[in-house]
Parts: sequence; C-alpha cells; structure tokens
Amino acid sequence: MSDIALDRPPAATSDRRHDRHATRLVLFVLRRLGTAVFVLLCTATVSFFLVRLSGDPVKVLLPPDATAAQESALRASLGLDRPLFTQYIDFLWGLPRLDFGNSLAYGQPVSQILADRLPATIQLAAAAMAVTLLIAVPAGVFAAMRRGRGSDRAVMTGVLLGQSTPPFWVGILLILVFAVGLHALPASGYGTFANLVLPAVTLAVYSVAVVARLLRSSLIEVLSSDHIRSARAKGFGPLKVVLTHGLRNASLPVVTIVGLEVGSLLGGAILTERVFSWPGVGQLTIEAISNRDFPLVQATVLFFAATFVVVNLLVDLSYSFLDPRVRTSR
Amino acid sequence: MTVMSPAAATGQAPAAAPAAGSGLRVLRALLRNKLAVLALAVLVLLLTAALFAPLIAPYDPNAQNLLLRLQPPAWQSRGSGAHLLGTDQLGRDILSRVIYGARVSLLVGAGAALLAGVVGTAVGLVSGYFGGWADRVLMRLADVQLAFPALLLALAIVGFLGSGLWYVILVLGFTGWVSYARVVRSEVMSLRSRDFVTEARAIGVTDITIMRRHLLPNVTAPLATIGTLHVAAAIVAEASLSYLGLGVPKETVTWGSMLADGQLYLGTSWWVAVFPGIALMLTSLAINITGDALRDVADPKAYRR
Repeated sequence: MSDIALDRPPAATSDRRHDRHATRLVLFVLRRLGTAVFVLLCTATVSFFLVRLSGDPVKVLLPPDATAAQESALRASLGLDRPLFTQYIDFLWGLPRLDFGNSLAYGQPVSQILADRLPATIQLAAAAMAVTLLIAVPAGVFAAMRRGRGSDRAVMTGVLLGQSTPPFWVGILLILVFAVGLHALPASGYGTFANLVLPAVTLAVYSVAVVARLLRSSLIEVLSSDHIRSARAKGFGPLKVVLTHGLRNASLPVVTIVGLEVGSLLGGAILTERVFSWPGVGQLTIEAISNRDFPLVQATVLFFAATFVVVNLLVDLSYSFLDPRVRTSR
Repeated sequence: MTVMSPAAATGQAPAAAPAAGSGLRVLRALLRNKLAVLALAVLVLLLTAALFAPLIAPYDPNAQNLLLRLQPPAWQSRGSGAHLLGTDQLGRDILSRVIYGARVSLLVGAGAALLAGVVGTAVGLVSGYFGGWADRVLMRLADVQLAFPALLLALAIVGFLGSGLWYVILVLGFTGWVSYARVVRSEVMSLRSRDFVTEARAIGVTDITIMRRHLLPNVTAPLATIGTLHVAAAIVAEASLSYLGLGVPKETVTWGSMLADGQLYLGTSWWVAVFPGIALMLTSLAINITGDALRDVADPKAYRR
C-alpha cells in the first residue's frame, strides 16, 4: 500500500481502490442473488411435488357420488391429466411471469387472489414492526444501561415470557381482556385502526422479545469497547454515549439475527391472522391447504419463502451501510 | 487405538467444553439458580402428570356430559368441586384434559428434539469434519431449509399427507435440524486440527470412530442447550398445528385444539381456553428457563453479558 502511494498521486489510488470495492460489491450482490434464485427454485420444486404426493384434488372438489366420467372431465379441464413432468415445466415457466395458474377452489388466477390479500398482510406486518421498534429499542437500551440491576432483570423476565408465549395464546388473552372484558377493542374485523391494534400487538410480542434481548447483549458488548471509553472520557453523558456511539454498532448483530428470525415471524403472522380472522395471505394459506388448492398452496408457500429470501438479501446488503468496515474490507 | 483414544481425548478436550462426566457439576450449578430450580420443579410436575395421567386425572378426558356443559371452575359461584377447572362445551372435564394434553406435548417435544438432534449432529459432524464439497452441499441445504418457514412446511406436510402424532414428530424433527448442524459444524471445524484428532488419524483410527469417540463428546454441551430450547419450540409448534386444526387427530387431547375450541366460547366461558393456555405457556417458559440456565452453566462468558 505504501509502495503504491509513493509512485502514484493519492487521488488516483483512492479512485482505483474505490473501483475495486464497487466491483467486489457488485460480485457479492450477484452471488447472493444467485443463491436466492437457487433457494426459490428448490422451494418451488419441493412445494410442487409435495402437494402432488397427497392425493387427488378432484376428489375434494367433486361431491362423493360423482361418476368417473365427471372426474376425468374435471381433471382434464384443470390440466391435471398431463404428464407430471409437463406440469412441472409449465409451472416453472409461469413463475417469472408471476403466473401461478388458476385456483382450483375460486377459479380466479392465483396471482389475482394473492394480490387481493396482500395489503392486509402488509398492513399487519408494518404495524407489528412499528410496535416492535417502539417497545424493543427503548427496552433493550434501558436494560443494557442498567445491566445486572433489578430493572434489567425485570425487562429480561418480560423478554423470556414473550419468547415463550405462542402468538395464538397472546391473541386469545388480548381478546379476553380488551374485547370481552373491557369492550375497548374489537376481537376481529378489518379496515379501521381499532381493528389493527390487537393483531399488531399479538404479532409483535415475539419480535419485541427477540429484538430487545439481542440489542441488550449487543449493546453491552459494544459499551465495553475502547471508543466508548474515549467518548465517556470526553465527558458525554451515558445516554448520549449510547445513542451516538453505541446504538449503530450494536445494531449489526441484531439485524442479522432478525433476518434469520423472519421465518418464525411469518409463522407467527399465519397464526395471528387465524386468531383475528384477518383477511391476509396467512389465512389464505390455511384455507388453500384445507381445500387442497394445489396452485394456491404452491403460490403462498413461494410467497413466504420469497419474503424470507428478500429480507435476508436486504440484511446482507445493509451491512455495508451499517458498518463501513464491510465496505472497505471484504 | 486403545492406547490413544479415550485418555487422549478427555485429556485434551476440557478446554473446549465441559467433558461428559461433569453432569453432577452442571446439576449443582443449576441448583444454585433459583429460577431454574422452580422451572425444573414445574417440569417434574408435568412429567409426572403426563406419565401417570390415567391415575391422576379425575375423569376420562373424552367423557362427555351434556347436562354439565360449560360449568365454571370450582371457586366461582356456579362452580362445583366435582370439576375443579370447570367443563367445556361438551361437558368434558377440563382438568383431566389439561393433564392428558401434557402427554402429547411432551412426547412431541422430546421426540422432535431428539430426531432433529440426531439428524443435525450427523450433518454437522460430516460437514465440519470432511469440509469440501460435502460441507458446501449440506450447508446450502441448510439455507434452503431455513428459507422455508418451519411452521409453513409442517402445515403443508401435515395438511397434505395426513394428520397423526408420528407425522407431527417426524415433520418437526426434520425441520429443526439446522441449528444443531451449524453449531456442531463450527465446533468440529475448530477441533479437527487439534492434536488429539490428528494423532488419532495418524495411528489409523477410522473417520467414523474419530467422529464418534473424539469429536461427539466434545460437542455435547452446546447440544444440550439447543436441544432443551428446541423441546419448547417443538411443543409450541405442535400446539400451533393443533390450534389450526392440522395437527394430531381430533380424538387426541392437545392443548392447541383445546385453545381453538375455547376461543369460540371466550365471550361466556373464559376457562375453556385459559387453562390449556396457561399450561402451554408454563411448560414453554419452564423449558426455556432451564435451557438458558444450562447455557449459562456451559458458557459462563455468555452469562456475564
């Protein structure tokens, strides 16, 4: 490095280095994209063959006394009489165009049904995320700053409780207290702000626990490092040190783990939607599975897997923004 | 082999993890943690209830009595001592059903954690010890598995292949292996270049034996922690499936299906849902507390954080 600096003007060096880093970042993104596509392809394949292992959707769609001729007519009209391999290729071919075929139960295009249900799920997820940040970040900071004391232990006990409680039980308890007991909020329904409160809190409980716990331990680690000691030595107050020097460094491991927890959160969303009869993709998934609606099941499974993959892709990319060292090293 | 192996392995290993023989030390450390003692007591109580359910439960959990539908618990004004926790919409005794429900929960939890542990440990050992393409393939497989929300996969499999206790255990077992595999892999990767492994290989000990006798004993401590936490996760997952009506068949009493029934009567009869819910939460909480305490014992550094 110093040799290069001697025989080249510094500006050129930094430009070249910048180029190299840009190339590396592009390669990194491309590699991660490749992995993401591979994972989704595997998911698509597994869900395609899984639903076909289970028996005949035609039997579910027709009344029990239907004749063999009626069965084969329906099978032909649904395209289920073609060779399995042809069906598989057709299915894969449709994916890039978001063409998942028609729902067996509703007759409409699957992509249309998904699009109809998506806003409800996005609304629920966004609200839960807002609740999570509003509660978990202050709780984690508070616990880290008072670690070992009674108030820290109280927060950590709450965290343990939140992590151990399944979402549907949280939902039922909230309904019992706020809908049945206090008549303050509706137990189900969709559309108004009041409808959103209980489902959002229900879905958030688990992630509040996860984020608060991780943020606390990550902050405690960061707070013992040298640059924090220097900041303290300069006379900054404890809260200012945490907010200006600690939080950003502590957020990296939190973001990583939250990315991996997205799977549990999606499972939580399915359960939460069921408890509150929320008209989202989670409810749709359960309906599709009980109806043996092959195309709809394939699409919803892929939807959840794609959500997981995209979130984790964003998590990987966010490193370079959260931690400059990732940008300059590898 | 007889000259080298066990002595050399245990002689060199303890730095990485408490050796398998220190169970007593772990237990003693656990007993110093008051919360963990309470949790262990709850677990012993649960285990007893599950094992001796037919002796303890006052009624047959499926016996209906339509004349005594939705009776409140004994301490309420309309309640009676005959049904301590009241009855459900078919007049079945809730206390008996909660006791019987512990059977399914604990069986699924233990079964799934055991299965996932065996699969994950095997994958982690192979992946970490051999490295190379075996490692790449297995870890890519782990990525794919992770991208599939476990509950969704379980839902799809159980929903399509049919419900049943063993299906649920198999599905939850085969979807839970990734965390075991990752931890075992990273431990093994740091162990495989240690002297006791290279020496064992030098004198011709086979790979299988090295993995079984020299590496496996050194990864038991983290495995115990993950396994404990996974029991709680599997119990919650089984309850979730049963709550959604896709778990074990209806005749089998489970806390999840009791909660689903109870939700319909929340407006008038809170006790139908609340008691199985409390049982589920207490179980999961007690197991998680035990798991956390185990980790603190095995890894004191994590505790100080």
